[in-house]
Amino acid sequence: MTRKQRRTVLIGTAMAVLSVAVGLVLFALSDSIVFFYSPSEVMAKEMAPGQRFRLGGLVEDGSVERSQGTTVHFVVTDMSKELPVSYTGVLPDLFREGQGVVAEGALGPDGVFHADNVLAKHDEKYMPPEVAAKLKQQGVWEGASGETGAGAESKVN
Amino acid sequence: MISLANPTRFLELVRIVLPWLTGLTVILFAVGLYLSFFVAPPDYQQGETVKIMFIHVPSAWLAMMAYTVIAIAALGSLIWRHPLADVAGKTAAPIGATFTFLALITGSLWGKPMWGTYWVWDARLTSMLVLFLLYLGLIALWEAIDEPSRAGKAAAILALVGFVNVPIIKFSVDWWNTLHQPASVFRMGGSTIDPSLLAPLFVMAGAFTCLFLLLHFLAMRAEILRRRVGALQQIEAQRAAA
Repeated sequence: MTRKQRRTVLIGTAMAVLSVAVGLVLFALSDSIVFFYSPSEVMAKEMAPGQRFRLGGLVEDGSVERSQGTTVHFVVTDMSKELPVSYTGVLPDLFREGQGVVAEGALGPDGVFHADNVLAKHDEKYMPPEVAAKLKQQGVWEGASGETGAGAESKVN
Repeated sequence: MISLANPTRFLELVRIVLPWLTGLTVILFAVGLYLSFFVAPPDYQQGETVKIMFIHVPSAWLAMMAYTVIAIAALGSLIWRHPLADVAGKTAAPIGATFTFLALITGSLWGKPMWGTYWVWDARLTSMLVLFLLYLGLIALWEAIDEPSRAGKAAAILALVGFVNVPIIKFSVDWWNTLHQPASVFRMGGSTIDPSLLAPLFVMAGAFTCLFLLLHFLAMRAEILRRRVGALQQIEAQRAAA
Protein backbone atom coordinates (compact mmCIF):
# COMPACT_ATOMS: atom_id res chain seq x y z
CA MET A 1 0.00 0.00 0.00
CA THR A 2 1.25 3.44 -0.83
CA ARG A 3 1.15 6.19 1.78
CA LYS A 4 -1.77 7.85 -0.01
CA GLN A 5 -3.79 4.64 0.11
CA ARG A 6 -2.93 4.16 3.77
CA ARG A 7 -4.09 7.68 4.59
CA THR A 8 -7.30 7.14 2.59
CA VAL A 9 -8.09 3.95 4.51
CA LEU A 10 -7.29 5.64 7.83
CA ILE A 11 -9.56 8.61 7.11
CA GLY A 12 -12.32 6.34 5.76
CA THR A 13 -12.21 4.17 8.88
CA ALA A 14 -12.15 7.16 11.22
CA MET A 15 -15.13 8.73 9.45
CA ALA A 16 -17.08 5.45 9.55
CA VAL A 17 -16.43 4.98 13.29
CA LEU A 18 -17.31 8.61 13.98
CA SER A 19 -20.55 8.35 12.00
CA VAL A 20 -21.60 5.21 13.84
CA ALA A 21 -20.77 6.82 17.20
CA VAL A 22 -22.71 9.99 16.43
CA GLY A 23 -25.57 7.90 15.03
CA LEU A 24 -25.79 5.85 18.25
CA VAL A 25 -25.70 8.97 20.43
CA LEU A 26 -28.46 10.63 18.42
CA PHE A 27 -30.51 7.44 18.45
CA ALA A 28 -30.13 7.15 22.22
CA LEU A 29 -31.10 10.78 22.69
CA SER A 30 -33.94 10.77 20.17
CA ASP A 31 -36.50 11.01 22.95
CA SER A 32 -35.13 14.39 24.01
CA ILE A 33 -34.23 15.62 20.53
CA VAL A 34 -37.85 15.50 19.38
CA PHE A 35 -39.41 18.93 19.69
CA PHE A 36 -42.86 17.69 20.70
CA TYR A 37 -44.92 14.59 21.45
CA SER A 38 -48.05 13.63 19.53
CA PRO A 39 -51.27 12.82 21.46
CA SER A 40 -50.65 9.07 20.89
CA GLU A 41 -47.18 9.34 22.41
CA VAL A 42 -48.52 11.32 25.36
CA MET A 43 -51.11 8.58 26.03
CA ALA A 44 -48.50 5.83 25.63
CA LYS A 45 -46.04 7.57 27.97
CA GLU A 46 -48.74 8.24 30.59
CA MET A 47 -47.40 11.69 31.36
CA ALA A 48 -47.95 12.72 34.97
CA PRO A 49 -50.12 15.79 35.59
CA GLY A 50 -47.94 18.86 36.03
CA GLN A 51 -45.02 17.45 34.04
CA ARG A 52 -44.06 19.96 31.37
CA PHE A 53 -43.72 18.91 27.73
CA ARG A 54 -44.66 20.08 24.23
CA LEU A 55 -47.69 18.66 22.51
CA GLY A 56 -47.85 18.73 18.71
CA GLY A 57 -50.42 17.77 16.11
CA LEU A 58 -53.21 19.21 14.01
CA VAL A 59 -55.91 21.51 15.38
CA GLU A 60 -59.04 19.40 14.88
CA ASP A 61 -61.57 20.91 12.48
CA GLY A 62 -64.43 22.63 14.30
CA SER A 63 -62.86 22.20 17.73
CA VAL A 64 -61.79 25.80 18.40
CA GLU A 65 -63.96 27.48 21.05
CA ARG A 66 -63.29 30.94 22.35
CA SER A 67 -64.60 31.63 25.84
CA GLN A 68 -64.35 34.82 27.92
CA GLY A 69 -61.24 36.96 27.50
CA THR A 70 -58.44 35.45 25.46
CA THR A 71 -58.97 31.90 26.64
CA VAL A 72 -59.24 29.39 23.80
CA HIS A 73 -60.13 25.71 23.89
CA PHE A 74 -59.23 23.40 21.03
CA VAL A 75 -58.42 19.75 20.36
CA VAL A 76 -55.04 18.54 19.07
CA THR A 77 -55.17 15.35 17.03
CA ASP A 78 -52.67 13.11 15.26
CA MET A 79 -55.48 11.32 13.39
CA SER A 80 -55.56 8.43 15.84
CA LYS A 81 -55.71 10.01 19.33
CA GLU A 82 -56.74 13.49 20.42
CA LEU A 83 -56.16 15.69 23.44
CA PRO A 84 -58.13 18.78 24.56
CA VAL A 85 -56.07 21.93 25.10
CA SER A 86 -56.86 25.18 26.87
CA TYR A 87 -54.77 28.28 26.38
CA THR A 88 -54.97 31.89 27.52
CA GLY A 89 -53.08 34.39 25.43
CA VAL A 90 -52.48 35.62 21.91
CA LEU A 91 -52.41 32.95 19.20
CA PRO A 92 -49.95 33.19 16.29
CA ASP A 93 -51.33 34.35 12.92
CA LEU A 94 -51.00 30.94 11.34
CA PHE A 95 -53.08 29.21 14.03
CA ARG A 96 -55.91 27.60 12.05
CA GLU A 97 -58.19 24.60 12.21
CA GLY A 98 -56.69 21.71 10.28
CA GLN A 99 -53.18 23.19 10.58
CA GLY A 100 -50.22 22.06 12.66
CA VAL A 101 -49.66 23.44 16.14
CA VAL A 102 -47.17 22.95 18.98
CA ALA A 103 -48.35 23.78 22.50
CA GLU A 104 -46.08 24.01 25.56
CA GLY A 105 -47.47 23.28 29.01
CA ALA A 106 -48.61 20.42 31.21
CA LEU A 107 -51.58 18.12 31.66
CA GLY A 108 -54.03 19.11 34.36
CA PRO A 109 -55.67 16.59 36.71
CA ASP A 110 -58.78 16.98 34.53
CA GLY A 111 -56.94 15.47 31.55
CA VAL A 112 -56.88 18.81 29.73
CA PHE A 113 -53.53 20.08 28.46
CA HIS A 114 -53.01 23.58 29.87
CA ALA A 115 -50.74 25.44 27.47
CA ASP A 116 -48.87 28.62 28.35
CA ASN A 117 -47.30 28.96 24.91
CA VAL A 118 -48.69 28.05 21.48
CA LEU A 119 -46.65 27.99 18.27
CA ALA A 120 -48.08 27.47 14.79
CA LYS A 121 -46.38 24.86 12.68
CA HIS A 122 -46.22 25.52 8.97
CA ASP A 123 -46.34 22.57 6.58
CA GLU A 124 -44.10 22.12 3.55
CA LYS A 125 -46.71 23.24 1.00
CA TYR A 126 -46.35 26.56 -0.73
CA MET A 127 -48.88 27.77 -3.31
CA PRO A 128 -50.72 30.92 -4.39
CA PRO A 129 -54.26 31.43 -2.98
CA GLU A 130 -55.88 30.78 -6.38
CA VAL A 131 -54.28 27.34 -6.61
CA ALA A 132 -55.39 26.52 -3.06
CA ALA A 133 -58.96 27.63 -3.90
CA LYS A 134 -58.97 25.52 -7.08
CA LEU A 135 -57.70 22.42 -5.24
CA LYS A 136 -60.44 22.83 -2.64
CA GLN A 137 -63.03 23.25 -5.41
CA GLN A 138 -61.87 20.08 -7.16
CA GLY A 139 -62.07 18.20 -3.90
CA VAL A 140 -58.45 17.06 -4.03
CA TRP A 141 -57.46 19.23 -1.07
CA GLU A 142 -55.45 17.32 1.47
CA GLY A 143 -54.63 20.12 3.85
CA ALA A 144 -55.58 18.23 6.99
CA SER A 145 -54.85 14.73 5.75
CA GLY A 146 -52.40 14.11 8.58
CA GLU A 147 -49.77 13.19 6.02
CA THR A 148 -48.34 16.68 6.18
CA GLY A 149 -49.44 17.43 9.73
CA ALA A 150 -47.21 18.24 12.63
CA GLY A 151 -44.94 15.30 12.06
CA ALA A 152 -47.87 12.92 12.39
CA GLU A 153 -46.25 10.52 9.94
CA SER A 154 -42.97 10.33 11.80
CA LYS A 155 -44.75 8.72 14.74
CA VAL A 156 -43.90 5.17 13.66
CA ASN A 157 -40.59 5.10 15.48
CA MET B 1 -8.99 18.37 -12.14
CA ILE B 2 -5.46 17.28 -11.27
CA SER B 3 -3.87 19.62 -13.81
CA LEU B 4 -6.01 22.47 -12.45
CA ALA B 5 -4.69 21.79 -8.96
CA ASN B 6 -1.60 23.76 -9.92
CA PRO B 7 -1.80 27.28 -8.43
CA THR B 8 -0.45 28.96 -11.58
CA ARG B 9 -2.93 27.14 -13.85
CA PHE B 10 -5.68 27.93 -11.37
CA LEU B 11 -4.86 31.67 -11.46
CA GLU B 12 -4.97 31.54 -15.26
CA LEU B 13 -8.38 29.81 -15.14
CA VAL B 14 -9.72 32.41 -12.71
CA ARG B 15 -8.52 35.20 -15.00
CA ILE B 16 -10.51 33.73 -17.93
CA VAL B 17 -13.66 32.72 -16.00
CA LEU B 18 -14.01 35.78 -13.75
CA PRO B 19 -15.68 38.25 -16.18
CA TRP B 20 -18.17 35.62 -17.36
CA LEU B 21 -18.98 34.47 -13.85
CA THR B 22 -19.44 38.06 -12.67
CA GLY B 23 -21.84 38.76 -15.55
CA LEU B 24 -23.80 35.56 -14.93
CA THR B 25 -24.11 36.33 -11.19
CA VAL B 26 -25.40 39.86 -11.85
CA ILE B 27 -27.93 38.66 -14.47
CA LEU B 28 -29.20 35.80 -12.29
CA PHE B 29 -29.61 38.10 -9.29
CA ALA B 30 -31.43 40.72 -11.40
CA VAL B 31 -33.82 38.12 -12.86
CA GLY B 32 -34.21 36.27 -9.56
CA LEU B 33 -34.96 39.36 -7.48
CA TYR B 34 -37.38 40.66 -10.13
CA LEU B 35 -39.24 37.33 -10.20
CA SER B 36 -39.23 37.13 -6.39
CA PHE B 37 -40.56 40.61 -5.73
CA PHE B 38 -42.73 41.44 -8.75
CA VAL B 39 -43.85 38.15 -10.33
CA ALA B 40 -44.11 35.50 -7.60
CA PRO B 41 -47.62 35.30 -6.09
CA PRO B 42 -48.25 35.48 -2.33
CA ASP B 43 -48.68 32.16 -0.51
CA TYR B 44 -52.20 31.10 0.53
CA GLN B 45 -51.15 30.87 4.19
CA GLN B 46 -48.09 33.07 4.61
CA GLY B 47 -49.05 35.94 2.29
CA GLU B 48 -46.07 38.04 1.24
CA THR B 49 -43.93 36.61 4.05
CA VAL B 50 -43.21 33.72 1.66
CA LYS B 51 -40.70 36.00 -0.09
CA ILE B 52 -38.24 35.43 2.75
CA MET B 53 -37.95 31.88 1.38
CA PHE B 54 -36.22 33.20 -1.77
CA ILE B 55 -33.28 34.33 0.38
CA HIS B 56 -33.53 31.83 3.23
CA VAL B 57 -33.59 28.57 1.28
CA PRO B 58 -30.71 29.35 -1.14
CA SER B 59 -28.64 30.63 1.83
CA ALA B 60 -29.23 27.39 3.71
CA TRP B 61 -28.37 25.26 0.65
CA LEU B 62 -25.17 27.22 0.04
CA ALA B 63 -24.27 27.02 3.74
CA MET B 64 -24.27 23.22 3.42
CA MET B 65 -22.64 23.23 -0.02
CA ALA B 66 -19.77 25.43 1.17
CA TYR B 67 -19.17 23.01 4.04
CA THR B 68 -19.19 20.09 1.58
CA VAL B 69 -16.58 21.95 -0.50
CA ILE B 70 -14.48 22.38 2.66
CA ALA B 71 -14.81 18.65 3.49
CA ILE B 72 -13.72 17.64 -0.04
CA ALA B 73 -10.82 20.10 0.17
CA ALA B 74 -9.91 18.57 3.56
CA LEU B 75 -9.58 15.16 1.87
CA GLY B 76 -7.33 16.82 -0.70
CA SER B 77 -5.17 18.30 2.07
CA LEU B 78 -4.92 15.15 4.17
CA ILE B 79 -4.51 12.53 1.44
CA TRP B 80 -2.72 14.38 -1.36
CA ARG B 81 -1.16 17.09 0.83
CA HIS B 82 -2.00 19.59 -1.85
CA PRO B 83 -1.50 23.28 -0.96
CA LEU B 84 -4.35 24.39 -3.28
CA ALA B 85 -6.75 22.20 -1.27
CA ASP B 86 -5.67 24.07 1.89
CA VAL B 87 -6.34 27.35 0.12
CA ALA B 88 -9.78 26.18 -1.07
CA GLY B 89 -10.78 25.01 2.41
CA LYS B 90 -9.50 28.05 4.24
CA THR B 91 -11.19 30.58 1.95
CA ALA B 92 -14.57 28.80 1.79
CA ALA B 93 -15.06 28.99 5.59
CA PRO B 94 -15.87 32.73 5.97
CA ILE B 95 -18.18 32.58 2.92
CA GLY B 96 -20.00 29.55 4.30
CA ALA B 97 -20.27 31.19 7.70
CA THR B 98 -21.91 34.22 6.09
CA PHE B 99 -24.48 32.10 4.23
CA THR B 100 -25.24 30.19 7.44
CA PHE B 101 -25.70 33.46 9.33
CA LEU B 102 -28.04 34.73 6.59
CA ALA B 103 -30.09 31.52 6.76
CA LEU B 104 -30.35 31.76 10.57
CA ILE B 105 -31.33 35.45 10.56
CA THR B 106 -33.86 35.23 7.72
CA GLY B 107 -35.34 32.09 9.25
CA SER B 108 -35.69 33.88 12.58
CA LEU B 109 -37.41 36.85 10.92
CA TRP B 110 -39.81 34.43 9.20
CA GLY B 111 -40.39 32.45 12.38
CA LYS B 112 -41.69 35.36 14.44
CA PRO B 113 -44.76 36.15 12.28
CA MET B 114 -45.39 32.53 11.17
CA TRP B 115 -44.58 30.32 14.18
CA GLY B 116 -44.88 33.02 16.82
CA THR B 117 -41.24 32.81 17.95
CA TYR B 118 -37.82 33.93 16.73
CA TRP B 119 -36.05 30.81 17.90
CA VAL B 120 -36.71 27.32 19.25
CA TRP B 121 -34.24 24.56 20.06
CA ASP B 122 -35.56 22.03 17.57
CA ALA B 123 -33.28 19.65 15.68
CA ARG B 124 -33.12 21.66 12.41
CA LEU B 125 -32.43 25.03 14.01
CA THR B 126 -29.93 23.63 16.49
CA SER B 127 -27.98 21.64 13.87
CA MET B 128 -27.82 24.77 11.70
CA LEU B 129 -26.43 26.74 14.66
CA VAL B 130 -23.86 23.97 15.16
CA LEU B 131 -22.84 24.42 11.50
CA PHE B 132 -22.32 28.14 12.14
CA LEU B 133 -20.17 27.37 15.20
CA LEU B 134 -18.14 24.84 13.17
CA TYR B 135 -17.42 27.55 10.61
CA LEU B 136 -16.32 29.92 13.38
CA GLY B 137 -14.14 27.14 14.80
CA LEU B 138 -12.47 26.57 11.42
CA ILE B 139 -11.80 30.30 11.00
CA ALA B 140 -10.40 30.52 14.55
CA LEU B 141 -8.16 27.48 13.96
CA TRP B 142 -6.68 29.02 10.81
CA GLU B 143 -6.03 32.24 12.72
CA ALA B 144 -4.57 30.50 15.77
CA ILE B 145 -1.82 28.49 14.02
CA ASP B 146 0.81 30.55 12.22
CA GLU B 147 2.37 27.91 10.02
CA PRO B 148 0.02 27.32 7.04
CA SER B 149 0.74 23.60 6.58
CA ARG B 150 0.08 22.78 10.25
CA ALA B 151 -2.99 25.02 10.34
CA GLY B 152 -4.23 23.30 7.17
CA LYS B 153 -3.88 19.85 8.68
CA ALA B 154 -5.67 20.76 11.92
CA ALA B 155 -8.46 22.58 10.07
CA ALA B 156 -8.87 19.64 7.65
CA ILE B 157 -9.36 17.20 10.53
CA LEU B 158 -11.90 19.49 12.22
CA ALA B 159 -13.68 19.97 8.87
CA LEU B 160 -14.01 16.19 8.33
CA VAL B 161 -15.20 15.56 11.89
CA GLY B 162 -17.77 18.36 11.52
CA PHE B 163 -19.01 16.96 8.22
CA VAL B 164 -21.21 14.42 10.06
CA ASN B 165 -23.41 17.44 10.88
CA VAL B 166 -24.33 18.04 7.22
CA PRO B 167 -26.54 14.93 6.77
CA ILE B 168 -27.94 15.61 10.26
CA ILE B 169 -29.09 19.07 9.10
CA LYS B 170 -30.64 17.66 5.94
CA PHE B 171 -32.50 14.77 7.59
CA SER B 172 -33.21 16.37 11.00
CA VAL B 173 -36.76 17.18 9.86
CA ASP B 174 -37.37 13.51 8.91
CA TRP B 175 -35.70 11.80 11.87
CA TRP B 176 -37.25 13.87 14.66
CA ASN B 177 -40.35 16.00 15.26
CA THR B 178 -39.31 19.56 14.58
CA LEU B 179 -41.04 22.91 14.45
CA HIS B 180 -39.28 23.50 11.14
CA GLN B 181 -41.29 22.20 8.18
CA PRO B 182 -40.10 19.07 6.35
CA ALA B 183 -38.25 19.25 3.02
CA SER B 184 -40.28 20.92 0.26
CA VAL B 185 -38.03 20.66 -2.79
CA PHE B 186 -35.64 17.70 -2.64
CA ARG B 187 -37.92 15.02 -1.24
CA MET B 188 -39.46 11.69 -2.23
CA GLY B 189 -42.55 12.26 -4.39
CA GLY B 190 -41.39 15.59 -5.81
CA SER B 191 -41.62 19.22 -4.75
CA THR B 192 -44.58 20.52 -2.74
CA ILE B 193 -43.98 24.11 -3.87
CA ASP B 194 -46.22 25.46 -6.62
CA PRO B 195 -44.29 26.06 -9.90
CA SER B 196 -45.05 29.80 -9.69
CA LEU B 197 -43.08 29.96 -6.42
CA LEU B 198 -40.53 27.29 -7.33
CA ALA B 199 -39.23 29.05 -10.46
CA PRO B 200 -38.02 32.20 -8.65
CA LEU B 201 -36.53 29.98 -5.94
CA PHE B 202 -34.44 28.06 -8.47
CA VAL B 203 -33.24 31.24 -10.19
CA MET B 204 -32.22 32.64 -6.80
CA ALA B 205 -30.49 29.35 -5.94
CA GLY B 206 -28.55 29.63 -9.22
CA ALA B 207 -27.64 33.23 -8.39
CA PHE B 208 -26.44 32.28 -4.90
CA THR B 209 -24.39 29.38 -6.31
CA CYS B 210 -22.69 31.71 -8.83
CA LEU B 211 -22.10 34.25 -6.08
CA PHE B 212 -20.45 31.58 -3.94
CA LEU B 213 -18.19 30.45 -6.82
CA LEU B 214 -17.30 34.06 -7.61
CA LEU B 215 -16.44 34.94 -3.99
CA HIS B 216 -14.57 31.66 -3.52
CA PHE B 217 -12.46 32.15 -6.67
CA LEU B 218 -11.63 35.72 -5.65
CA ALA B 219 -10.73 34.68 -2.11
CA MET B 220 -8.62 31.76 -3.36
CA ARG B 221 -6.75 34.06 -5.75
CA ALA B 222 -6.09 36.53 -2.95
CA GLU B 223 -4.86 33.72 -0.66
CA ILE B 224 -2.51 32.26 -3.31
CA LEU B 225 -1.04 35.72 -3.96
CA ARG B 226 -0.77 36.39 -0.21
CA ARG B 227 1.21 33.16 0.23
CA ARG B 228 3.50 34.08 -2.65
CA VAL B 229 4.15 37.49 -1.13
CA GLY B 230 4.85 35.81 2.22
CA ALA B 231 7.31 33.39 0.59
CA LEU B 232 9.08 36.23 -1.26
CA GLN B 233 9.34 38.28 1.95
CA GLN B 234 10.89 35.28 3.71
CA ILE B 235 13.49 34.83 0.95
CA GLU B 236 14.22 38.56 1.08
CA ALA B 237 14.66 38.47 4.86
CA GLN B 238 17.01 35.47 4.64
CA ARG B 239 19.05 37.22 1.95
CA ALA B 240 19.32 40.37 4.07
CA ALA B 241 20.43 38.33 7.09
CA ALA B 242 23.12 36.45 5.10
